[in-house]
Amino acid sequence: METKGINTFEQLLEECDARGKRIWQIAQAYESEWCEVPVNKVRKCAMESLQAMKEAIRTGLQSTELSMSGMCGNDCAKLQKRFAERPAVFGKTFEKILTYALATSEENIRMGKIVACPTAGSCGIVPAVIIAIAEDFNISEERQVNALITAGEIGRIISAKVSLAGAVAGCQAECGAAAAMAAGAVTQLLGSPPKQVLNAVALALKNILGLTCDPVCGLVEVPCVKRNPFMAIIAMTACEMAMSGVESKIPVDEVVDAMDQTGQLMSPALKESSLGGLARTKTALELQKRLFG
Amino acid sequence: MKQTSIFDIISPIMIGPSSSHTAGAVRLGLLARNIYGETPKKVTFKLFNSYAQTGKGHGTEKGLLAGVLGLSVDDRRIKNIFDDEISKNIEYKFEYYEDFKKHPNSVDFIFENGRTMDIYGESVGAGEVVVRTIDGFSVKLSGKYNTLMIVYDDIPGMISKVTSLIQAKNINIASLHCDRYAKGEEASMCICIDGDLDNDVIESVKKIDRVYFVSYIKKLEE
Repeated sequence: METKGINTFEQLLEECDARGKRIWQIAQAYESEWCEVPVNKVRKCAMESLQAMKEAIRTGLQSTELSMSGMCGNDCAKLQKRFAERPAVFGKTFEKILTYALATSEENIRMGKIVACPTAGSCGIVPAVIIAIAEDFNISEERQVNALITAGEIGRIISAKVSLAGAVAGCQAECGAAAAMAAGAVTQLLGSPPKQVLNAVALALKNILGLTCDPVCGLVEVPCVKRNPFMAIIAMTACEMAMSGVESKIPVDEVVDAMDQTGQLMSPALKESSLGGLARTKTALELQKRLFG
Repeated sequence: MKQTSIFDIISPIMIGPSSSHTAGAVRLGLLARNIYGETPKKVTFKLFNSYAQTGKGHGTEKGLLAGVLGLSVDDRRIKNIFDDEISKNIEYKFEYYEDFKKHPNSVDFIFENGRTMDIYGESVGAGEVVVRTIDGFSVKLSGKYNTLMIVYDDIPGMISKVTSLIQAKNINIASLHCDRYAKGEEASMCICIDGDLDNDVIESVKKIDRVYFVSYIKKLEE
């Protein structure tokens, strides 16, 4: 397949429509052509990421080890204990999404093995949504790989305009981008066509614009760890709306433009420098003094 | 538009918690080790700015040492590297600095094993790294390409002598970066290539008159 570079969602949708293909098919062919690797190698690498994500969930669900700072690490266990005694209001799949996201992000801060997706601080969002839904809806691993490839393609296209780094564009570009990737991936996983997938991306992104990156003590812990399950639920909300035919009034490429502009307008104090927001609260400063003197 | 990959987004598989402060640190250590060409007996790590301030909470020191010892970003030994058997035969120390002329996440490696080498690198985001200087020479190494690094006398024709040896093998040059102390003085050349160089090319480069140092720096695993 010959493709010109795809760097906008509009181009991606045009390719899908013109060729009668799904996003993952276009994405893996594009990856194969541009990075000069066979399609089966692309799928093999994505499968390795998927398996590492599952391993991180399994390991994370069993651990209560705290991070080096001692600020995080035992909250997933609290959720599991409570859900065993009294189920979540929104049901079993909801429980899974929350615990899988938290298990993964806690595994990250205790120096466990995770998959950056797109970053380490946002590693719990995409796996939680894809894997929880796949388990509860009996979806094959091949289709989970398809979803992960689509998540990668969504992140890649966002990153063509917005650098996926908290220091550049705030948390909207890390956990926010992950929510958009997860929204698109799960919408595809549940059988929706590319247009709805991209609407899910737009809907998720619109609702994380301006999200600041203000880590307490400069560590990827507070608020990052608990933000992962929150973002996973944003992804599911976007998915439910998109699958119902709800459309974003602002096209997805323009939402990415808005995200870029918002990132540029945000003060550097709110972009990973720990000079503002939660990082400069009274309690955060006390924690910082206790940890670093 | 530069070519990008979905695997910039859905990988790497890594030890947490931070792509820049943990995985980036491992990759900087690995790249510095590849440049040095062997495991050093002794290493001093000078950590700057955010690496110095938040490194402890991010396992940055562990990552740097693990990289110098040749571990990859997803090796579970990183977490307890200071107690691991693999770090018993290396002497190391960490120093901490603030220097706002330097990158927020940067490190200076001083390697010793008979010869001393000073390698300065930066973790530029999402696990990507760049080595900027080697023994004071300006370079630009990202670990994405196999790279031939040469130190030589700054005289006419040196670049073409080296590149013609590479061209003879039908290997494409992705980028070429030169620097020198002054006209006619010691100079450095970094040639990033697509593919891999045979040992005989490297040996031929070593035989070129007024070439003093040749290092073939292997790219980092993706």
